[in-house]
Formats: sequence, C-alpha cells, structure tokens
Amino acid sequence: MFDLDRWQEIYHVLSKNKLRTFLTAFGVFWGIFMLVIMLGSGNGLQRGVTRNFGDMATNSVFIWTQQTSVPYKGFPRGRGYYFDNDDAVAMMHSIPEIKYLAPRIQAGGFMQTNNVIRGLKSGIFNIMGDYPAFNKIDPLNFLQGRFINDLDIREKRKVAVIGTRVVDILFTPNENPINQYIQIQGVYFKIIGIFKSKRTGEQADQENQNIYMPFTSLQQTYNYGDAVGFFSITSKDDIPVDVVENKAIRLLKQRHSISPADESAVGHFNLQNEFNKMQGLFFGIRLLVWIVGTGTLLAGVIGVSNIMLVVVKERTKEIGIQRALGATPWVVISQIITESIALTTFSGYFGLVMGVGLLELINYLIDSSGASSEMFLHPGIDFSVAITALSILVVAGAVAGLIPASRAVSIKPIDALRYE
Amino acid sequence: MIKIKQIHKSYVTGQNSLHVLKGIDLEIGAGEMISIMGASGSGKSTLLNILGILDDYDSGEYLLNGLFINKLSERKSAHLRNQMIGFVFQSFNLVSFKNAMENVALPLYYQNVPRKKRNLIAMEYLERMGLQEWAHHLPNELSGGQKQRVAIARALIGKPKVILADEPTGALDSKTSLEVMDILQEINSTGITVIIVTHEHDIAMRTKKTIRITDGNITEIVVN
Repeated sequence: MFDLDRWQEIYHVLSKNKLRTFLTAFGVFWGIFMLVIMLGSGNGLQRGVTRNFGDMATNSVFIWTQQTSVPYKGFPRGRGYYFDNDDAVAMMHSIPEIKYLAPRIQAGGFMQTNNVIRGLKSGIFNIMGDYPAFNKIDPLNFLQGRFINDLDIREKRKVAVIGTRVVDILFTPNENPINQYIQIQGVYFKIIGIFKSKRTGEQADQENQNIYMPFTSLQQTYNYGDAVGFFSITSKDDIPVDVVENKAIRLLKQRHSISPADESAVGHFNLQNEFNKMQGLFFGIRLLVWIVGTGTLLAGVIGVSNIMLVVVKERTKEIGIQRALGATPWVVISQIITESIALTTFSGYFGLVMGVGLLELINYLIDSSGASSEMFLHPGIDFSVAITALSILVVAGAVAGLIPASRAVSIKPIDALRYE
Repeated sequence: MIKIKQIHKSYVTGQNSLHVLKGIDLEIGAGEMISIMGASGSGKSTLLNILGILDDYDSGEYLLNGLFINKLSERKSAHLRNQMIGFVFQSFNLVSFKNAMENVALPLYYQNVPRKKRNLIAMEYLERMGLQEWAHHLPNELSGGQKQRVAIARALIGKPKVILADEPTGALDSKTSLEVMDILQEINSTGITVIIVTHEHDIAMRTKKTIRITDGNITEIVVN
C-alpha cells in the first residue's frame, strides 16, 4: 500500500542534505552505469565478432589435403595427393551423422593476372566450384537470382553466381548483370545470381569478390578430372561436429593410403571448436564484467549503508519521539530499509537508464555514420539483465539498510529521546 | 490506575553505579491529577520514564491499569505507550517535517488509521486547542505555547488513560504556562489521569496532590 507519510519522511530525510544524498546516489548510479556499459560493450564485441562468421553453420568442419608426413604402405613421406569425387560418395555413404557435405574446388584466382573478362573490363577474382549444399553451410545473401542448383550440377551448366564487388568492376551501375555473360579463364559463363556477403569488414570485401559456379562445370571446364579441393561438412543438429570430423578423416586416410598416425596429411579446421573457444572467451569477459561491475556496485551500496548510519544517528531523537508515540521497532526498521531501497533503486534505475541511453546513442552514431566495424556491433543489454540488475539493487538496498535499521532500534527509547 | 511497589533503579556507568530510585511505593487512582516535585537528580524524571514505559526498572512491581509492566518486548511497550499513555515534553518534541495536523495524527498513524480519517480526527483535537488555523503550519512556524498545545493534542488523540507531562511549562513564559495548565486541568476533568513532573511550586499547586521526591525516596505527599 502506498503510504504517504512514509514517503514524506523519506523525502524529508533525503532532501535535508542534498549534496550528501547526491554523492551517495552517485556511487550506486556509477556502479550500475558501469555495469550496463561494460555488459553492453561486451555484447557489442560478441555480436561484432560473431557476425564475422556470417550465418555460417557453426557445427561445420573443413577438410583439405596436405603432404603426408609418415611413410605408409610403401609410400614415402612428403607425398602429395588429391581428394576425389568418390571420397564424397564414400563419406555420404558411411557417415550417417553428416547433414550437408559440399565438395569444393577452386580455379586459380589469387596472385594472377586478370582472369575474368567482360568486354573491355576485367578483374582478378576467386573462382569456386561448389555444390548447392555450400549455401546451406555458409549462406550468402542474394540480391538477385539464385545460387547453383542440382540441375546445374547434373548438366554441368556454364552458369555463375557473382559477388557485388565483381558486379561493380565488370558492369556499369545501370546494367543488370543477370543473364549476361562473362569470360572466366577463357570460357563464357552466364550470370544467374548476385550476392552480398553476410559478414563485415575485410572478410565481407573478400567474399564479395568471389565467383561461384557448379562444381562439376569447373572440374570439366578446366580439366581437374575428379579432383576435389576441399570438403565442407556439417553434422546433424544434435551431433557434435568432432564425431563427423574424426570419422571423415579416418575414412579419407584409409582411402588414400595414409598412415592413421599421420597427423598432418589431412588438413582440417573445426569451426565449432573455434566457436566454442570464442564463446569461452566471451563467457570470461562477461564473468569479469559482472565481478568488476558488482564490485563497483557494492562500493556504492556500502556508501548507502554508511550514509544511512549517519542519518539514523542524526535522527536518533526523532526516532525516539516516534517510538514514544507508539512506533514499533518494525515500523522504524521498515522505514529505514524503505529509505535505503528507495535511494539505491532510484539512483540505480537512473544509472540503468543512462547506461542504456548511452549504448543506444553509440548504436545510433555507428548506424548513422555508416561505419561498420568488424569488432563491434549493436552494443546493448538484454531486458532480463536489466531486470536482474534492478532486483540486485533492491536486495542490496535492503541489505544496506539492515545495519542502520537495527542500530536505530537497539537504543532504548528514553536514551533516544534524550539524545542531543 | 497506577500501582508501584518498591521500585528500584540504578544507572551503571562503568565501575560506578548510581542508585536513583530507592524503593518507591506509589498508588495513583484513575482521574487523579498529581505533580511530582524534586530537585534535579532526585529521580523524578526517572520515575516518570518508568511510568511511561520508556525505561525499565531493576526490581519492584509496576501495574498499569492492572497490567504488570516489566521487561516487555519493545513491540508490546510501543503498543502500550500508544494506547495507554500520552506524553507531553518540556521541549515539545514535535516532528519537524510534519505540520501541526500531521503531528497530532501521528499516534493514529501507528494504529494504522487511514490518513484521511486520522487527519480529520487531528483537526478536531486542534480545534479543541484553538489551533485549527495553524493546522498546516510546520512546528518552527509556531510559538512555544502553540507547540505545546499541539503536543497536548497529540498526547490526547490516542485516547490515553494517563497523560505524563515532563516539565510541560519549563520552556514557556508564565502566561502561556497558565494556559497550558488550564488545558491540563480541563483534560483531567474529563477523567484522564494527569501526572506532571515540575520544579515550579505554583504549577504543582494547581494539581490535586503533590509528591515530593528527595534522593530517590518519596519524602512527602501533600494534598493541595
């Protein structure tokens, strides 16, 4: 129930020494403000870094060939080898945990002379031969058209999907590239789709320079036989990707006569492990933020407790009068605790609002300036965190009021009345 | 109304023990108006504090309205003070941030009477004291006599059985002292027991009985 007398008293006590109240409130304000800013920045960092993964399935592993390092079955060490189309078939056949498997082969691209030509315009781009499944593992954002489909693969169509950077270089702004032809390493391909990377920063620039064509078309057109550059594999949803990774590597070693003990023959990168490591890092950051934040908050709350002790001492006589007139200890205790909670909650709430406000401002400035940082995206805190912080404040306020309140009623009414 | 037997009270400060009340026996009937006189340090204020359940005593017996009072819980004594006793202090002891009406209403606040209702009752009591125009003034805007009348109204609002007044006129000039005494006499005439601690002879003379305390003992009871 709203008790006007109680709030009148709180107002009186807090406004009696405004500077003192302000400084005390500032302690709590600062604590929660810092907590919000740090948590929000941590979240921004996490969102920024996580977005570098694009929409990539984090339960994926990438496998490629390297030189062998152990002699095996009469083969010397230092042997090179290639994956082939049958490896893909064998893996799909014998590893049921695989959700998507996308073989890829890359045709030239880096550190070359211009490999893609359209009329008088030309550029150097990465040429990838891919399966439709690749767009499931590492999705692209399509502005126009589509990605490679099964029919393209089966009929080995000469079609290509190009990134926005490719469009910028090979086409004038008001041209529509769809259904146009470009010459890729001497062979004409028809453009069927335009994409934009879902990543940020340099990684996005890199990806936007890619050209994708059907895997089979690339193999045949540029004489790669049945060689495969590398495999991208995604495990089924509830299966850790390690399982698939280990099985695939074992199978590939077997098929290519590589010693099971050879650690370096099959190159592999487990995105899930990297992702988990990063999650661990962010967990660490968040833990640190909470420790530091609640520490700062604690300092503020101790300040409140201290001031309440002073207030209780100053008001000893007044409390004595109230008790003489029939205020029970509970009335006095709850009054002081309410005061303490009011002070912490009000200043804490203000800190929360200011913190969120500042984060929103940063957000707005980043958005409106158009700057996209690789490391920072949409700083902010969850609503549930805000609620948690507020409940911590209420509890902390109550605890801060506890000692002063018990001090106020521990003194005998008559001594309180005589207190000058 | 009040019955005390062999009340002893000492104050212990460090090694020293000060024996303030040395076996007080006293009986005060309902509707009496008595004054307690004595030199400072004689124990008269201590006696009043014990009567007002503001302080404990060491040995003896204190019956208030038939109720044995000793070492009660703070909660219980707060309730008893609220319902049985009205206090009038020398220094008025009004709550500085509450206006006259709110000060008068305070005992009802502790009885959880709704604000509107208790303020209405408080206005009645202020009217009886002739202070209705000052109801919304803060204590520091009132004269001494007005403050004491507010304090008396506050003491009365809980419909107490006993009014305990500790030097009620000590901070007032003689004219307002007389007015306050008139009010206290009027209260007494409604059947409320009034006990006044004072060292002024003419104040004591206005009560029906004067009890003189010397060095912690009752030395004289005079019917005026």
